[in-house]
Amino acid sequence: MLNYDLVVVGGGPAGMAAALKAKEEGVEKIVILERAETLGGILEQCIHTGFGLHYFGEELSGPEYAGRFIELVEKTDIDVFTDTMVLNISDDNVVTAVNNNEGLMQFKAIAVVLAMGCRERPRGALSIAGSRPAGIMTAGTAQKYVNIDGYMPGKKVVILGSGDIGLIMARRMTLEGAEVKVVCELMPYSGGLTRNIVQCLDDFGIPLRLSCTVVATHGKERLEGVTIAQVDDKLQAIPGTEEYIECDTLLLSVGLIPENELSKDVGVELDRVTSGPVVDEYRETLHPGIFACGNVLQVHDLVDYVTEESQIAGKGAADYIFGKKKGGTFINTKGINGVRYIVPQRVNIEGEENLKLYFRVGQVYKGAKVVVECDGKILSSKKKVKLAPGEMENVVITTEMLKDMNKDSEIVVRVEE
Amino acid sequence: MKKNLICVACPLGCPIDVEIENGEVVSVTGNTCKRGDAYARTEITNPMRSLTTSVKIEGGVHPVVPVKSASPVPKGKMFDCMEEINKAVVKAPVKIGDVIIENICGLGVDIVATNCDPGK
Repeated sequence: MLNYDLVVVGGGPAGMAAALKAKEEGVEKIVILERAETLGGILEQCIHTGFGLHYFGEELSGPEYAGRFIELVEKTDIDVFTDTMVLNISDDNVVTAVNNNEGLMQFKAIAVVLAMGCRERPRGALSIAGSRPAGIMTAGTAQKYVNIDGYMPGKKVVILGSGDIGLIMARRMTLEGAEVKVVCELMPYSGGLTRNIVQCLDDFGIPLRLSCTVVATHGKERLEGVTIAQVDDKLQAIPGTEEYIECDTLLLSVGLIPENELSKDVGVELDRVTSGPVVDEYRETLHPGIFACGNVLQVHDLVDYVTEESQIAGKGAADYIFGKKKGGTFINTKGINGVRYIVPQRVNIEGEENLKLYFRVGQVYKGAKVVVECDGKILSSKKKVKLAPGEMENVVITTEMLKDMNKDSEIVVRVEE
Repeated sequence: MKKNLICVACPLGCPIDVEIENGEVVSVTGNTCKRGDAYARTEITNPMRSLTTSVKIEGGVHPVVPVKSASPVPKGKMFDCMEEINKAVVKAPVKIGDVIIENICGLGVDIVATNCDPGK
């Protein structure tokens, strides 16, 4: 058994930021366990720019953003095991992992940070008729083939889902010579950033079809085409609107799921909306000493916010390790009227610092107000030019506001049109 | 001539109408701030884009290494740049920031590496 103060599961932007913050706070023995062959996580294959505008004040590509943190980790005495798969976390925070060199390893930790990120919703999660020919894959898989492995997975492409990964891949495949025929989006709006719609689709004349989905795939050995159809307001395909499109590749960009198998096994309670752990403002789960940050906690649109969140978790873990994390009185946060969820789900009303509640809305709002209230009293109300499901928002809770709350209080955030 | 644009200066995404006569912008409407006006004028007269792609590498851990244009290139030149980048082969090791192609297509912009590859 190897003894560590802190074990970080996952060496992407979340894991690295949490480990570095804990180190900065004085934690001595820290190890990062990473499944891939290098640190960096998904950023390694996100070679487009747009990362770091908030955190570094400059526009970096994914590998450059990750590179800055990898360099910082290498300068410290934080131990790193790559090509290492974590199999289990026990109730008393023993992390079991395996790799080719060391075989089975057990790490006894005072605190654990979960930073496993998320994975893409696969084809199996959609009910599309058809057999299983080659050429159907998630946008992220295609991204790895093109950007890391250096080959093109197809020539004529249809993309289902207009999330940012789908849009980015439409441009990437086009630049490399493929013909992207159409991007279909089930919802009446795109989940991607406007900037990506303009620069990844409009620039290349790629059509975006809203309220449209793929209802069937054709081909046995290799994909030969797909049938697309318009959908009604219940998201059901409208008979008679079907259209056949010839293609050899179908990319899916239909949502991300936090990868919480390890969390579930150790009994960490998950939020039904985020599919990530329920945490308090220090990002500690309901399991003492286990913290969570990054896309395993909630799917982010900007890595800059992942870094910010992970530093909170790193600080929380350090305080826990040093026995500085006090108890307190925790109350719940709740999103209603268009606010789909809030992270953190629990807030310490005896907390001594201002804190931010992060949330997402369920639809597009223009000129609506974000209202925070507690026990029937309005704490803040702020008008927003635009609110969209694709963009994470936040509200600030000050220590001043916390003063008037008691153990039965509940902080509610809602949208008011 | 009229052209419709969606502003990308901020997440609001204002629909902008630009009136163009003899290649000159005569009016910009639909924007709700000054940034929108500036965006529309550059977008009509001289649209620029950052280019990111990958280039073949010999002796590397991976077969390709990611690269970007050190500064934006004219939108209409993206495919010319791609053609030149796709002909290039670099040798490992490569570090972030290494110049892979100098002055691509005579545009005065370098193509630089955005990841390192220490080589096998």
